[in-house]
Amino acid sequence: MLTPKTEDDLARIVAEAEAPLRIQGGGTRPIGMPTNGTVLSTSALSGIELYDPGSLTLVARAGTPVAEIETALDAEGQRLAFEPMDHRGLLGTTGTPTIGGVAAANVSGPRRIQSGAARDFMLGVRFVDGRGQIIKNGGRVMKNVTGYDLVKLMAGSYGTLGVLTEISLKVLPKPRATGVMLIEGLSDDRAVTALSRALGSPFEVSGAAHLQKGQDGAPVTMIRLEGFESSVAYRAGELGKSLADFGEFTLETDPERTAAGWAHIRDVVPFQGRDGDVWRLSVKPSDAPGVVASLSGAEAFYDWGGGLIWLLAPEGSGVNARSIRAAVAKVGGHATLIRGTPSQGAFQPLSPAVAALQDGLRRKFDPRQILNPGLMTEGQAA
Amino acid sequence: MEMPTPKPEIIARKAELIKRLHEVMPKDAVISDPSETRVYECDALTAYKCAPLLAVLPSSTKEVSDALRICHEMGVPVVPRGSGTSLAGGALPTADSVILGVARLSDVLETDYDNRFIKVQTGRTNLSVTGAVEENGFFYAPDPSSQLACAIAGNIAMNSGGAHCLKYGVTTNNLMGVTMVLMDGTVTEIGGTFLDAEGLDLLGLICGSEGQLGVVTEATLRILHKPEGARPVLIGFDSNEVAGACVSDIIKAGVLPVAIEFMDRPCIEATEDFAKAGYPMCEALLIVEVEGSDAEIDEQLALIEEIARRHNPVELRQSRSAEESAKIWLGRKSAFGAMGQINDYMCLDGTIPVSELPHVLRRIGEMSREFGLDVANVFHAGDGNMHPLILFDANKPGDLELCEDLGAEILKLCVEVGGCLTGEHGVGIEKRDLMTHQYAPADLEAQMAVKDVFDAKWLLNPAKVFPLLSSDSHRDAAA
Repeated sequence: MLTPKTEDDLARIVAEAEAPLRIQGGGTRPIGMPTNGTVLSTSALSGIELYDPGSLTLVARAGTPVAEIETALDAEGQRLAFEPMDHRGLLGTTGTPTIGGVAAANVSGPRRIQSGAARDFMLGVRFVDGRGQIIKNGGRVMKNVTGYDLVKLMAGSYGTLGVLTEISLKVLPKPRATGVMLIEGLSDDRAVTALSRALGSPFEVSGAAHLQKGQDGAPVTMIRLEGFESSVAYRAGELGKSLADFGEFTLETDPERTAAGWAHIRDVVPFQGRDGDVWRLSVKPSDAPGVVASLSGAEAFYDWGGGLIWLLAPEGSGVNARSIRAAVAKVGGHATLIRGTPSQGAFQPLSPAVAALQDGLRRKFDPRQILNPGLMTEGQAA
Repeated sequence: MEMPTPKPEIIARKAELIKRLHEVMPKDAVISDPSETRVYECDALTAYKCAPLLAVLPSSTKEVSDALRICHEMGVPVVPRGSGTSLAGGALPTADSVILGVARLSDVLETDYDNRFIKVQTGRTNLSVTGAVEENGFFYAPDPSSQLACAIAGNIAMNSGGAHCLKYGVTTNNLMGVTMVLMDGTVTEIGGTFLDAEGLDLLGLICGSEGQLGVVTEATLRILHKPEGARPVLIGFDSNEVAGACVSDIIKAGVLPVAIEFMDRPCIEATEDFAKAGYPMCEALLIVEVEGSDAEIDEQLALIEEIARRHNPVELRQSRSAEESAKIWLGRKSAFGAMGQINDYMCLDGTIPVSELPHVLRRIGEMSREFGLDVANVFHAGDGNMHPLILFDANKPGDLELCEDLGAEILKLCVEVGGCLTGEHGVGIEKRDLMTHQYAPADLEAQMAVKDVFDAKWLLNPAKVFPLLSSDSHRDAAA
């Protein structure tokens, strides 16, 4: 394993590489087609370089542990609003999640529905391209349209365009209170309808999830509200009235219990330690229950008001890449195999025109095709 | 302002180009009479003008595709144009180029309140997107000051922001999908009615690419329910720097207003004459707006006022009615226009870290005195996006050049303190030659490599964004 301690060393390694490299942050998210080659780890490029709470910005080297960043933010009453998932439990990996890994995989959590994805909070990047050149894009300010936005391009490119060395992030204040409205017993259809109504209200819902099986086995639907304590109570009351036809909601405000509830969703705890492939589907929320119903045999739960489906497809369930791709193709959206062995590719098939653009970009940024080659290979179209 | 020399061989084929365009779109969609192409000779950066070879106004994605394919085959540069409100010269043509205007593409294609999106053709104006959904209580969040006129196509090209993006983000944070036509006529669909586009984030790449990668004809935009209420508070200070320090303190305190706007005395006076918003006459004014129910607003404003009091404000006044709030915002959004009525000005758009506001405002004051040109400030303070307006006299020889020099110095200062050249207006031609102050050659090469992929012949808006010296080799290789 190569663990350069400086950006220059990393650039030299890439420039001199004669064979493919496997780019790794903390190694906790082995998603996509397994690639061959020597591991190039950014774990030694670590540390927060700048944190300016008054400007809501933090700059860190790519190998900085997410936990270190969260601790620093917590001390100033701030946080990463996109709520990045920790994949270790689901994927059975050890190691330390890094901010570079979060950026490279555009890892977001339940609050994505309100605040945005990791990519929406990335203000700037430094990276080393496939030629070994050091490139910067964006900066550390909240609004920036100076030239093309390669920051977004790097977010979610899984190290196939360049090796991230530094990330600038927009951070946000932590709310003073959190409340979670809970109701049991709704069908998938009814739950998504309720969540849509909540998200389409003025009450600033920051989490909207539905589990077919909650902790006591019954379906449970969750709506999160954050802000001043009195505001959370007020909004919960108003939403309760607006959703009265679904039944009576209870309001949980215990900080530990609400945090644990959303970590359960964020980290896909329901599928941890269980056999079967795990898929992540992004569709239009109102299409989601139909997609899940058409894949009977799989187990599912919903985040993002229904728009994000987590699917567990045990062997022998009859639900596989083919049926999942077909179900998504029918309504529009994308599906990614997060855990399991991809037979063709883990990522969503692309139209020929879009595939040609993405291929063209990879050839420009990594002309020798040595950075995680093939990792983002698409699955077969339905 | 240097632009590439128009190619006589393209101009010589004008008749053939018109004939071919007439084969794919109605005659009235091809505008070639010099008296009619004049309206396309500039955008809102009026200091630079050039009539295009002709203009086309397609009415469908198919017509856009046909027009681009023909221009691609004939090697004719194309300058896409939304409503022509760019302050950076993004829609400035050259004499050998075709203006492709999206004004006739203005339909709403789909609204979906359950899934919270609207799909529109991109010639639709920003404000009329909100207009299409406000009856149901929804709105489209990005709100550039030109929102009455500016088109979604231009918003996407420039990744437009606005006053309320502190809370709601800019265009790229509210764009879910596009239909985009590439220069060779290929129609692509990226993203859609779901979150996070498939594969590499091309949506993020397209947004803010200044019409250089493709022409977006349809867009799926996120819509939100309006808040129950909103209320601005006016906070006046006796110095710019103190106002700047107050902004940073508000943000550090953990309240996130929906907007924090800043105006200094010259802007306050000009806009008060125009909008009669009841602004206090002081050196620096903050408009801080929060949202929610009345009780929620009271609670947030109490906290903000407590912070403001530590900075000895000369005025602290909440809006008392919806009408008063509307006037306060009308004044802010018409600030550029009001300044324009009393002076020629150049509007800058640099962004800085919010904590640098006091320092940068002081330095701008010093530079203004050194150059002998007045500078008025009106900007989005909450996210550090400054809009210094440099006042000059267009009839006085040398004044424009002096003004441009001061502008360049101010933008360099923004970059020095960790900021950037442009926060929401775009590079266009205006900041093109300053790009080397923010980016090293390899940084610019990486961006230009993207254009090589999307538009190998460098025909789409080719002379923008990158310094001509940097892009020469790409444009030559493509020719």
